[in-house]
Amino acid sequence: MAENKEKLPRVKMPEQDPDVRRRNFEEVPLGLTPEMAMKEASRCLQCKKPACMEGCPVSVDIPGFISKIVANDFSGAISKLWERNALPAVCGRVCPQEAQCEGRCIVGKKDAPVAIGYLERFAADYERKKGTGEVPAVAQKTGKKVAVIGSGPSGLTVAGDLLLKGHDVTIFEAFHKAGGVLVYGIPEFRLPKEIVASEVAALVKMGARIETNFVVGASVTIDELFAEGYDAVYIGVGAGLPRFMNLPGENFIGIYSANEYLTRTNLMKGYLFPEYDTPIARGKNVVVLGAGNVAMDSARTAMRLGADTVKIVYRRSREEMPARAEELHHAEQEKIEFVLLTNPIRFFGDASGRLKGMECLKMELGEPDASGRRRPVPIEGSEFTIDCDLVVVSVGSNANPLLTNSTPDIALTRWGNIIGDPVTGKTSKRGVWAGGDIVTGAATVILAMGAGRAAANSMHDYLTLGW
Amino acid sequence: MAKIIAREEMAQGTIILNEIEAPRISQKAKPGQFVILQADEKGERVPLTMADTNPDKGTITIIYMVVGKSTARFKDLQVGDEYFALIGPLGKPTHIEKVGKVVCVGGGTGIAVLHPITRALKAAGNDVTTILGARTYDLLIMEEKMKAASTTLHICTDDGSYGHHGFVTNVLKDVLEKEKINLVVAIGPIPMMKFCSLITKEKNVPTFVSLNPIMVDGTGMCGCCRVSVGGTTKFACVDGPEFDGHKVDFDELAKRLASYLEDEKKSLEAYKNCKALKNRLD
Repeated sequence: MAENKEKLPRVKMPEQDPDVRRRNFEEVPLGLTPEMAMKEASRCLQCKKPACMEGCPVSVDIPGFISKIVANDFSGAISKLWERNALPAVCGRVCPQEAQCEGRCIVGKKDAPVAIGYLERFAADYERKKGTGEVPAVAQKTGKKVAVIGSGPSGLTVAGDLLLKGHDVTIFEAFHKAGGVLVYGIPEFRLPKEIVASEVAALVKMGARIETNFVVGASVTIDELFAEGYDAVYIGVGAGLPRFMNLPGENFIGIYSANEYLTRTNLMKGYLFPEYDTPIARGKNVVVLGAGNVAMDSARTAMRLGADTVKIVYRRSREEMPARAEELHHAEQEKIEFVLLTNPIRFFGDASGRLKGMECLKMELGEPDASGRRRPVPIEGSEFTIDCDLVVVSVGSNANPLLTNSTPDIALTRWGNIIGDPVTGKTSKRGVWAGGDIVTGAATVILAMGAGRAAANSMHDYLTLGW
Repeated sequence: MAKIIAREEMAQGTIILNEIEAPRISQKAKPGQFVILQADEKGERVPLTMADTNPDKGTITIIYMVVGKSTARFKDLQVGDEYFALIGPLGKPTHIEKVGKVVCVGGGTGIAVLHPITRALKAAGNDVTTILGARTYDLLIMEEKMKAASTTLHICTDDGSYGHHGFVTNVLKDVLEKEKINLVVAIGPIPMMKFCSLITKEKNVPTFVSLNPIMVDGTGMCGCCRVSVGGTTKFACVDGPEFDGHKVDFDELAKRLASYLEDEKKSLEAYKNCKALKNRLD
């Protein structure tokens, strides 16, 4: 029996044609049909000790939800997912499954692993499209009030978990729309905003209050939240301070941080200008500095905004590019060029301050550095220029000090990140937990969700048993 | 929330005052801080430094010049209407202390920003000489309020229609010649702030200016508002909006403010056409 299952090839996700999709903002993967999903689900071996679950930061019952799909019980599948994950439609799309669940899948040892991500996405989409608007049942009210600061993936996870356990939850969001990086950062073509909105709407239906346009640290301090009757606070504000490279000419018009470029495009809908009021520069020749997932999002956005050429400029080699394999693959399909072993040294502009180009140095790989990767070393005399009218700097973020400055009794690392207990997310301040990028530095959606899950459990203990 | 409870048109309808319901912000805000406003969901996020706050009433006051689509859209909002989004207070407050003799220089809607700062500096025990400038008398705002907030008030108009005939910089020079000034605050159009800072630099008088670069989030997240101050890049939203006028690269700031000039024209044109069409249909 098992022999046969392994022989079924892994399902191929239908996708928009690269030549078409590189000029539109619609989602790239089109999703599985029920038949495809059931067939793919049948490849799961239903292991007694599922290794896949160990790879999941929120411990989804993977064989459990997959067996429901096999049995054509799609509602059962979504219920199983919801037990451990409040955002399955999001995770099915943006988790790095190859490094987590699918990376551990036993089928994957000899063959391609079960497409767990596609199946998760299928179950969540099926439920959403059916539109029953069903949400998980919440426990009896405890009367405890929790403030969640930031409505990104970790905040939403904390909110979902604590609502389920019967606590009152208010989510504070600085922007006018909830979702954090899911709405301002990750582009529409990778995560349609309608999906984020429906996951947030489910939390509201479960009883969450959402206060948008609310900057904790500016409009109110954490101590004031306690004074207003909150029993516990979770900080999930993200990293939120973009890094630049401190190169000459970095303030020329046309040089953006990835945060700004993506926020203008995604949250403010700059790609629909002038129907929406916020403009976004439409570069002809675009360079993205950096090679992570955010860099790929920026490059693919630039292509959709009509660029003739889009280059990823990265100082190391292909092997070290930190973006997910699938993102790199999608970018290459969309005719994004990788200019590797290349480092910018300065930018050029015209008299009106507009970017015209940049000077770069070629690099070679030397001895391994602290990160274990071979250190890129400049090749002397290798200077060359790249003509470009738009550069997106995507080299990571630092910790935003806005909230922590107003909360001096929270211990920080020397880089300004909040020190959270690695297991529980407890901070040095009583009644306050933290997780996600503000603790770890820039990471992934699912790691932030994992931190949220751990913190929610610890917060629940605190709210029911004490600190 | 964010309901307009009072509205006033000034300078022949080119400058608008809104008093807005914002209980939390009004409790927290200090002179020099700003808010971000959005007229509707499709609107831009517009940073405006607060002109006044009333914690008892739970309101803040903003004063803006109508220059593009977003501010034209703001102008449509009447008493009783609400802004779609209002966040704040953002940025660092002005450092207010008693230093002795202070000169406050204001131009355009910068006068609105200057007002609470002037008032606070005087309340802290400073002798405050204020110099206000406008192109012509009809565009001058807040004369009475600034008079009350200052020890001495000078007015300049470019066309000589009122007060001194000429620029604020001429009067600033005179004042600096006559007495020892401990601090200059200059808030207004970029050329005004630039030339005031050049003059005070010669005399070695500490000077701060309040900058108004383009912003998106206003909380340090995007880096759109970066300005060069003393050769290093600062984010006006979290490191400012006030900076040492002697160190700011005003030319770079002016260029960056023109980033979207073409788009802004297009957007305003489309808006005007749309409004004209609507009027015809009505």
